[in-house]
Amino acid sequence: MDKFTTHQGSVIPMDRPNIDTDAIIPKQYLKSVKRTGFGVNLFDDWRYLDAGEPDMDHSKRRINPDFILNNPRYSESSILLARENFGCGSSREHAVWALTDYGIRAIIAPSFADIFFNNSFKNGLLPIVLPASVIDTIFTELSATDHYDLVIDLQQQQLKTPSGESYQFEVDKFRKYCLLNGLDDIGLSLRHTDAIRAYEANRKKAAPWLFAS
Amino acid sequence: MVGKTLYDKVWDAHVIRQEDDGTCLLYIDRHLVHEVTSPQAFEGLRLAKRNLWRVDSILAVADHNVPTTGLEKGITDPVAKIQLDTLDNNCEEFGITEFKMGDPRQGIVHVIGPEQGATLPGMTVVCGDSHTSTHGAFAALAHGIGTSEVEHVMATQCLIQKKMKNMLIQVEGQVAAGVTGKDIVLAIIGEIGTAGGTGYALEFAGEAIEDLSIEGRMTVCNMAIEAGARAGMIAVDDKTIEYIKDRPFAPKAEHWQQAVQAWSELKSDDNAVFDKTICLKAADIKPQVTWGTSPEMVLPINANVPNPQNYSDPVKSQAIQAALDYMGLEADMPIEAIQVDKIFIGSCTNSRIEDLRAAAAIAKDHHIADNIKLAMVVPGSGLVKRQAEAEGLDKIFTQAGFEWREPGCSMCLAMNADRLEAGERCASTSNRNFEGRQGQGGRTHLVSPAMAAAAAISGHFTDLHES
Ligand code: SF4
Repeated sequence: MDKFTTHQGSVIPMDRPNIDTDAIIPKQYLKSVKRTGFGVNLFDDWRYLDAGEPDMDHSKRRINPDFILNNPRYSESSILLARENFGCGSSREHAVWALTDYGIRAIIAPSFADIFFNNSFKNGLLPIVLPASVIDTIFTELSATDHYDLVIDLQQQQLKTPSGESYQFEVDKFRKYCLLNGLDDIGLSLRHTDAIRAYEANRKKAAPWLFAS
Repeated sequence: MVGKTLYDKVWDAHVIRQEDDGTCLLYIDRHLVHEVTSPQAFEGLRLAKRNLWRVDSILAVADHNVPTTGLEKGITDPVAKIQLDTLDNNCEEFGITEFKMGDPRQGIVHVIGPEQGATLPGMTVVCGDSHTSTHGAFAALAHGIGTSEVEHVMATQCLIQKKMKNMLIQVEGQVAAGVTGKDIVLAIIGEIGTAGGTGYALEFAGEAIEDLSIEGRMTVCNMAIEAGARAGMIAVDDKTIEYIKDRPFAPKAEHWQQAVQAWSELKSDDNAVFDKTICLKAADIKPQVTWGTSPEMVLPINANVPNPQNYSDPVKSQAIQAALDYMGLEADMPIEAIQVDKIFIGSCTNSRIEDLRAAAAIAKDHHIADNIKLAMVVPGSGLVKRQAEAEGLDKIFTQAGFEWREPGCSMCLAMNADRLEAGERCASTSNRNFEGRQGQGGRTHLVSPAMAAAAAISGHFTDLHES
């Protein structure tokens, strides 16, 4: 997994609530057996005017000029700003893979759906929860200028805006540790092999029917 | 001493260790696997040269991509074929039990788990699919996980988790005739919103929930995720135990006695404390129809579509307007005036035998309306299909003009050929009405099986009591 320590980037404002994983990556792309290559189909239904299929040459498709990702101002952006309940819907990690493959490193919203939130951390994508009022302020500031960069410092759990304002955000200790160090949590869990074995032995005694097959 | 909730009990029984910040290593009893969210996990195992921790905990099935017609031709979509073959190959390589296409036990992962008795009370159940919440109907702690977690469970039999909060959803009293588990859960989502359950494990309780059959309870728990909750649970009672008895994976002989005794504890203590409690009166719940692009955009059949001008919050008003635009609806129009083009009866929410019976009871001796381009019934599993055919339900459906299909996820997410064209409107028994869910530009209205069948016959939504 990629490390996440500090990040500076410009921000894409997506002013809608409940952006669901079907919108982030439509189902026809879930047929892939790989983890990469989803970026070109991020927000496919909104981003292109024609219907997309996995085996197409996506560089030849008709783009929707009204969709924010197609606005040249945001072509190099790496931070997404959205409204509440971002990532609701299916558990597809493909949604996170599409965002990271596209180049998004952090998403800022008042709230996230649980499974999406969890999946993000496993892929070096930082979801940042801030109060709705702060999100409002960022939306407003962003629309008032031509260039708007945020600086994210994970160690300090701090977000700095161009006006010099800084906001603190929460992040779990364990998740922060994994992100800062780019750690694979399977490896971490396997350090507890003995504890897992011991638990299993007890459970086998208490609930033998769970181990009968 | 403070009592424990059902969730507390199942959680506590599975914690292997806990860090200072509350992060836990949680043991997983049952891991259900399907073709879409597993290939990258198997690949990850191979790359890291890791093996499965406990192969007998895994049950695999192909469901999302399988065609629902012309099975004899095999899979014609080459991209889908690779994914299905990949699942077969992975299961073979790792020695995993898999119900392949054509096996009568094959079907939607959340239908076949309970059907086989592979989902048991008190278990932790995971699957790389958000509707894993379905299995909570058996007092299991069941939730969806992402592919990285699928790999984590495969390699370690554990998940890294923090405990969720407890929410009790109490549905008091009895529902009127024709009001189903689907209507109850849609009404709950309408009440608390699609993010209302975020961070919580829900427990559904109250007379109306107790009155539901096990299948009805599965429908309710299935849509816990649509209320933002990863998991929804219902306490064990006699119906639960009766349902499980003698199923292929259920405990046998002396294990059965032991298990039944342990399961009787699987309910919240009388003095359990919930972080939040929501009460609904069952008698107030009418058959529900979603009108928008989020499951919380739901109303009773006799209501009118909302008018954005009546909302002062600009975010809310804009969201309503955007939904009306996408759905091609006028503000204030009666739900009953909405005409539909296609009917989909199926999905892990509503494709079990009782769902098909309820729909068939409405369709019997009628014919779908002239404006209906396609009405399809997709059983949840090969065994559901067989049972329905033994009862003659397939005949009722086909005589009424419905297509009778092979089991799979089908038009619930339209990964296979079953899908809506842009602008088409569907009465669907599935669980998500997001933009494009059933096909790009398609418009989905979520309803119960009986309501979907009634819409097929009338050509528009209609109150079961008046039809
Ligand atoms: S039926 Fe629909 S919701 Fe259920 S598992 Fe299949 S795609 Fe997911």
